[in-house]
Amino acid sequence: MNITTHINGKSYSHDVEPRLLLIHYLREVVGLTGPHIGCETSLCGACTVELNGKAVKSCTMFAVQADGANVVTIEGLASNGKLHAMQEAFWNEHGAQCGFCTPGMIMASKQIIDRNPNPTEEEIRHGLEGNICRCTGYQHIVNAVKAAAKAAGV
Amino acid sequence: MATTITKPETLVGKRIRRREDPRLITGTATYVDDIKMPGMHYATIVRSPHAAARIRSINTKKAAAHKGVIAVFTGKDTQKVGPVPCGASLPGLRVPHHHILAMDRVYFAGHPVAVVVATDRYVAADAADLIEVDWDVLPAVADPEKALAKGAPAVHPEWPDNVAFNYHQEGGNVEKAFSEADVVVKQRITSQRLIPTAMETRGVVADWRPADRQLNLYSSTQIPHLMRTLVAQMLGLEENRLRVVAPEVGGGFGSKLNVYAEEALMGFVAMKIQQPVKWIESRRENFLCTIHGRGHVDHYEVAAKRDGTILGIKLHIIQDLGAYHQLLTPAIPTLSVLMMPGLYKTQNVRADIVGVFTNCVPTDAYRGAGRPEATHGIERMVDVLAAELKMDPAEIRLKNFVTKEQFPFPTATGLTYDSGDYAAPLKKALDIVDYQNLRNEQAQARKQGKLMGIGMSTYGEICAFGPSPATPAGGWESATVKIDPTGKVTVMTGASPHGQGEETTFAQIAADELGVNIDDILVLHGDTAVVQYGIGTFGSRSTAVGGTAVYFALQDLKAKIKKFGAMLLGSDDVSFSGGQVICNKTGKSKSIQEIAAASYRAMKLPPNTEPGLISTHFWEPPNFTFPFGAHIVVTDVDRDTGAVAVRRYVAVDDCGNILNPLIVDGQIHGGVAQGLGQALWEQAVYDDNGQLVTGELMDYAVPKAHMMPRIESDHTTTPTSVNPLGVKGVGEAGTIGCSPAVVNSVVDALAPLGVKHLDMPMTPETIWKLIARSKS
Ligand code: FES
Ligand code: FES
Repeated sequence: MNITTHINGKSYSHDVEPRLLLIHYLREVVGLTGPHIGCETSLCGACTVELNGKAVKSCTMFAVQADGANVVTIEGLASNGKLHAMQEAFWNEHGAQCGFCTPGMIMASKQIIDRNPNPTEEEIRHGLEGNICRCTGYQHIVNAVKAAAKAAGV
Repeated sequence: MATTITKPETLVGKRIRRREDPRLITGTATYVDDIKMPGMHYATIVRSPHAAARIRSINTKKAAAHKGVIAVFTGKDTQKVGPVPCGASLPGLRVPHHHILAMDRVYFAGHPVAVVVATDRYVAADAADLIEVDWDVLPAVADPEKALAKGAPAVHPEWPDNVAFNYHQEGGNVEKAFSEADVVVKQRITSQRLIPTAMETRGVVADWRPADRQLNLYSSTQIPHLMRTLVAQMLGLEENRLRVVAPEVGGGFGSKLNVYAEEALMGFVAMKIQQPVKWIESRRENFLCTIHGRGHVDHYEVAAKRDGTILGIKLHIIQDLGAYHQLLTPAIPTLSVLMMPGLYKTQNVRADIVGVFTNCVPTDAYRGAGRPEATHGIERMVDVLAAELKMDPAEIRLKNFVTKEQFPFPTATGLTYDSGDYAAPLKKALDIVDYQNLRNEQAQARKQGKLMGIGMSTYGEICAFGPSPATPAGGWESATVKIDPTGKVTVMTGASPHGQGEETTFAQIAADELGVNIDDILVLHGDTAVVQYGIGTFGSRSTAVGGTAVYFALQDLKAKIKKFGAMLLGSDDVSFSGGQVICNKTGKSKSIQEIAAASYRAMKLPPNTEPGLISTHFWEPPNFTFPFGAHIVVTDVDRDTGAVAVRRYVAVDDCGNILNPLIVDGQIHGGVAQGLGQALWEQAVYDDNGQLVTGELMDYAVPKAHMMPRIESDHTTTPTSVNPLGVKGVGEAGTIGCSPAVVNSVVDALAPLGVKHLDMPMTPETIWKLIARSKS
């Protein structure tokens, strides 16, 4: 099947098998290996990307379902060499250790702030429920989301 | 002439953000699955659905004929490959031959039996489904206590008792201690099987270059050099023809401190098909086939005086080993024995271990590796004793601690504790929670029928592995530091960090020692073609041992820089500071950059000095280090649901000097999350047939953000004299300190109901049942 997608501001057309998962399309066909695979069963959130403005787990959908969609992956967050505020916050607050969950975490965190610019700690923690990190115990990640919210507020 | 501006301040001890992060936060790091090569093929492994079975036959014809499949291999093809290695040795240890693919029998659910190689991962998976195995299913045993019972199915038919080894150790005079006791408390305590669950599963890319006889192996591992030595042996390849690369590694926690069948298998496949091949473990495989942790059933007896003085400890450990020995499997419970006295003075201990085969995936090192079990045991027992004697848990601990004046302290298990002030973190933690008021509040809450608990643990750990005579593979670590002709610095460490931040902390050390800007320093690791031999990252060792190697390599280099500087300045009376060699008489100076250039240009050399600026140091630690600390946990238990809410978590850790507080806090948080996971939620469950019931993230409860409390982390600082940095190690502290504090807290909450002990995980269901029973 032929699909056309707009990823990180660029258009791509490919002939893909209907069963190809979006995450495999992004990683193996388009060559964007920022989104990771931690489970392939929609439980870990490592594959989180933005699809038409909403955070989705890209292992839970087929590439053909993204036909015509706008996709943003972690690689598309920084613009003109300037990190996105959430990336900057993850760096400052030590929100990443091994970094494997990080691209998905940052995408999910960005979504939290997009929906609610001033979230409480509890709201942040619930907003991150779909993303597993085995390294950080989440505290520095929560701090990063708070810091990014604060930075956006000033 | 002084040229370059030097860095103004010291960096060691500063909370600076990590230098490895830019690639992680932009999604541009390269993990194994991100590697792509021309002609690369994909492998899928066919695994046993049964925990014990004979293989009557395997039919691979249909799979081999499937479009896109280029090869299928079974155990017959790979039988010449050497066995999966066990690096631990114990007297009388029974070691089953661990083929990389099963021969005629499988020993655990997930046991690999065949590999299918195809042009794409979807095709490989399709073809794997076409492999037909004719199974003769056999009875299995998945529980170590049941495996020891008479008439249990034999995991390995040659050893019908399922015993892999018996181990005994004692110190002092236990019988005398017990005969003099006023009170003896006994308790059975379990440390359940856990699944390490690094977020990146394992994966291997193998690339064989026949013309060069060169195999390049990219593996998600904590130990690239040890892997090179061991996999080369398995494949019958000369070690210098094998290059192992640990690219970005997405967490390990001990699960990647191993050599697995798949590493040699992918090497074998690549050499056969003469094309690169990739295998990426699925999450399901990760749960079934990567090592598990813990798996203890412990029987403790503690003898004490009525005033709370501990006289002696007896411990019997039943260790669930699983079906095979992986790299360190049988050694792990011996670490529990070494740490069994905890922070306490008692000199009378006796321990027995029986290592038991079960039809399960092997257990091995998981964050803490033997020490969380020991700490959990002794810290539970101290609370059991305190309850028996109606003493305060803080008071009984303070009474039994090794005191400040007693260091270095020889333990009953043959260790020498380096340095410590065990009362300090406990007192600090008690202050932080305002202990007396908290107890008053608890008394009020109890009057209202509320279940509020206060629990503590005071842990010690054995870290910075370690003196070589006490480790299976050499316990030193190596570093090379070189300065290029332009003055840029590269540090190559034998440690293999995968999230611990040593690209930053080692750069901090080098920046301070050389007086150069941290941006001029690059830290490399994880590639056997780049780094001199090394041991790797595990056992809270990288900074304490690897960082010390860096420190000493820098000292050699500084001496050489001084020599060159002296020559250039034409004076012997020089000093080195702030990145400059300065003539003490004239005040003239030469920068590192000028000296580096001169050292390579080599127009003139100081006497007995080689050109260039490079130094390699292998550092052998004279002892382990022994970090310690105190964790206090306040919990509220819901009477109606049995749910445990952690109201406060206070961690006061003493890991010696701290190089970067931001990174140390991160290590503590992550460690506590894994300890809390064990205490409250996580458990690998096998059914009686040896099927892993918790085989997916859906069933195995790894903590998520909303389940974690905010951790209040604080420190005391007692430097070690074992290394010149004074650092002790912190990677495992959080995990080791956590679980007993949480269990002690919940037992304390339920004490009004007559509860004296709880096993982990303390799920709402278990607790609800206890509450319900107490009502009836
Ligand atoms: S890989 Fe998509 S949720 Fe885990
Ligand atoms: S940083 Fe390693 S899993 Fe989150």
